[in-house]
Amino acid sequence: MSAVEVLFALLGLVAVGSALLVVTTARLVHAALWLVVTLGALAGCYLLLAAEFVAWVQVLIYVGAVVVLLLFALMLTRAPTAAEAGTVTANRPLAAGLAVLVAAALVSSLVAGFRDVRIDLDDSVVGSAETTGEALFTSWVLPFEVLSVLLLAALVGAIVLSRSTRGGGR
Amino acid sequence: MAEWVEVVLRVLVVIAAFLVLPLLVGQTEHKAMAHMQSRVGPMYAGGFHGWAQLVADGVKFAQKEDVVPAAADRTVFKLAPAVALLPYLVAFVAIPVGPGLVGQDLDLGLFFVLAVMSVGVLGSLMGGWASANKYSLLGGMRIAAQLMAYELPFVLAAVSPAMAAGTLSLTGIVEAWQWWWLLWQLPAMVVFFVAGLAELRRPPFDMPVADSEIVFGPYTEYTGLRFALFLLAEYAGIVLLSALTAVLFLGGWQGPFEGALGWLWTLVKTGVVAFVVIWARVAYPRLREDQLQSLAWKVLVPVALAQLALTTVVAVA
Repeated sequence: MSAVEVLFALLGLVAVGSALLVVTTARLVHAALWLVVTLGALAGCYLLLAAEFVAWVQVLIYVGAVVVLLLFALMLTRAPTAAEAGTVTANRPLAAGLAVLVAAALVSSLVAGFRDVRIDLDDSVVGSAETTGEALFTSWVLPFEVLSVLLLAALVGAIVLSRSTRGGGR
Repeated sequence: MAEWVEVVLRVLVVIAAFLVLPLLVGQTEHKAMAHMQSRVGPMYAGGFHGWAQLVADGVKFAQKEDVVPAAADRTVFKLAPAVALLPYLVAFVAIPVGPGLVGQDLDLGLFFVLAVMSVGVLGSLMGGWASANKYSLLGGMRIAAQLMAYELPFVLAAVSPAMAAGTLSLTGIVEAWQWWWLLWQLPAMVVFFVAGLAELRRPPFDMPVADSEIVFGPYTEYTGLRFALFLLAEYAGIVLLSALTAVLFLGGWQGPFEGALGWLWTLVKTGVVAFVVIWARVAYPRLREDQLQSLAWKVLVPVALAQLALTTVVAVA
């Protein structure tokens, strides 16, 4: 095994381990902080796969914005630092089973689809901003635009929901 | 072997700059603020105009007892200052001071710096939550709300010079810079600087640490070295924001005699921007929470979007 492979395996272990801690820890804020570790380890994996751009987007969006949003919501609802009881519902085994099923489906489809694909690590332009941008705005421009319309719809929906002025209530 | 030595040297220089420049800004703040308020500031430490004041402060911080509140979440509480400080150190690596004078010239330099800078706020949030103090918690919430509002104009404004230069590399942006960008990119520069001030929670955007309302926000319970680390993170943030503004909008090392004195130009421009950061603290009163939010969403975001549209039109045409 090369150094890169060892590093990749270690980062993968960190990602899986911290992901397990996210769902098993008794404190919700700890779960959010372990999620930071998981997402950071994933960003490291992307870097090693030469997807530089995706790696930094991962850090900027997920660690810098999504987790901050999560922590904000948690701070609004739960102040005490002590461990909380009653955060586990009876659905836990069901959720675990479902998660395992989804993971199995994803892993098997990934392995089936990309079994023989190899990345040449010496050729470092695989995932640079230039190649990513070019792919996004040439071959993938339609899905990209469709996704942006979807996001716009979600934005409008959020505004409609938050303006509870039915019948000029304000 | 030579390559290895060079990497170590570069890292050492970055760490030295990381430790010295924030202190320089801190000392300038002491003196400049004092004179703006008709005081003289520190005069005794070190003899000459109190130049060693911050060294003395550092010694004082190191001697203080490290207190952790009984109800606090110990691990998170102790980890928070490191999480707040380290991202800035990492971001310093990618800031170019002169042609080739950079810790590590990254193809995605701008993106890297923005991404890494956004991690630092987690430290303050962790401190705010783990202190088990209602003032800390309120401060943490204010930080989160402020960050979410200002991250968007900050990134949008930073994108504008990158689009104009056609590259995300910080070195590339400086090389593509022309003097007329000063006029053309002015709105983006103002938005970037103001949003950056808000991200660093510097006055007038210091609601999260408003001392007359919530003691010192998330840092209320911190003492000794851990508190000093938070302070160092704030001043390292000022240096980073000033350097980024200089590199993105003021042309970095471009100027007369840039062949020999390029690095000096970058440092001078960074210093001027850092002085404006200090000046803003003395000149403006603290913004209220609703003023903060409406400034971000009603002024900065539209201006940044308009600038992006303008840059797109000019860059494509």
